[in-house]
Amino acid sequence: MGITLQHLNKRFGDTLALDDVSLTFEGAKIYGLLGNNGAGKTTLLNLITNRIFADSGEILVDGEPAADNDNALGKIFMLGEKNLYPDGMKISAAFKAAAILYPHFDNEQALDLARRFGLDPRKKINSLSTGYASIFKLVIALSVHTPYLILDEPVLGLDAQHRDLFYQLLLEQYAEQPQTIIISTHLIAEVANLIEHTVIIREGRILRDQMSEELLSEGYTVSGAANLVDQYLSGRQVISCSSLGGLKTACLAGQPDQAALPDNLELGQLNLQDYFIQLMNKEDRDHE
Amino acid sequence: MIHFDDDRPIFIQIAEMLQDAILSGVYPEESQIPSITEFAVSCKINPATALKGINLLVDEGLLYKKRGLGMFVSPGAREQLRARRQESFYLDYIIPLLKEAARLGLGPKELQTMLERGYADHGNNTATSK
Repeated sequence: MGITLQHLNKRFGDTLALDDVSLTFEGAKIYGLLGNNGAGKTTLLNLITNRIFADSGEILVDGEPAADNDNALGKIFMLGEKNLYPDGMKISAAFKAAAILYPHFDNEQALDLARRFGLDPRKKINSLSTGYASIFKLVIALSVHTPYLILDEPVLGLDAQHRDLFYQLLLEQYAEQPQTIIISTHLIAEVANLIEHTVIIREGRILRDQMSEELLSEGYTVSGAANLVDQYLSGRQVISCSSLGGLKTACLAGQPDQAALPDNLELGQLNLQDYFIQLMNKEDRDHE
Repeated sequence: MIHFDDDRPIFIQIAEMLQDAILSGVYPEESQIPSITEFAVSCKINPATALKGINLLVDEGLLYKKRGLGMFVSPGAREQLRARRQESFYLDYIIPLLKEAARLGLGPKELQTMLERGYADHGNNTATSK
């Protein structure tokens, strides 16, 4: 079970959008796909769903080649930036169309979710605001029940209350009927606790592909009086530092050395968003 | 709404939250705790993380599984937790208290006075709420 990408390459003109990408999305896990703008996230997701084609390499869905394979592609639903339904179509009609494309689409559930999000199914898709256009897509994504669900920036334009409702509904569904969910988003802090496995992409290459917990245990933070922090830092592998007046916080690689740690310093854990930002900063410096 | 700190892994914090709830009697012995799904949804965490936290308490004998029903608080769990917390009270509370007191320039006498004041203000209250 799973989606396997083997040595994918994709070029747009002079730009190498994906550079020898090999990855596996295993069954029934929640993945986070993180990367800055232009890193290749959407290209990768569009390749998986056959919306665009790789220059070379292969994609397997549950062991079957995905290219032009309706059986394999029917197992995957992708929520993307583009609206794939005709503009003048009513929401209720779009639900019916989704039911034809995806045999496990639950129309009753879609109508119930629309009600919970305050989305009127009699409205036309092109009359929706940015937020409601996102809600419309989310409602379909939550009702299709495919083994693989790809969410590319799922909460674009959603208010805090609706984002919260969406994450709850997604987890409820996942806990009851596990599916593989791939979430690509810039709102890392919001999904950090949801994703079991993190994939970080940069300039078309996979930089990290690891369990989130493992990734975060690669380092730790130390904070306190600057002179004490500096004393602890000397001779250790420092990822980054920030200071405010006489206070300093440092991210370090490896495990804390309890014996050498002064009493007045606070130990902390890396969080996913900080980890991501530090990693990007480090890559920027390394490639200058 | 439950908020997590940045300083420890989430599954540890789930385990501590459950221990606190058992200790304070929110989940009495032999009662059922919420399901993995309920924990995941209400805390907005991956169900695997919730399971990992709950399993810590299973390993410690504080929770047990009833097949097909869910997780229950073990008999004696509260007493076991109380004994353990009493043991770690010195390290978890007294040592940090002394460190902070030193930073503030408070000596043994002042601390003694404050402890007495604390008992006078809240002592009965905390003694009966156990």
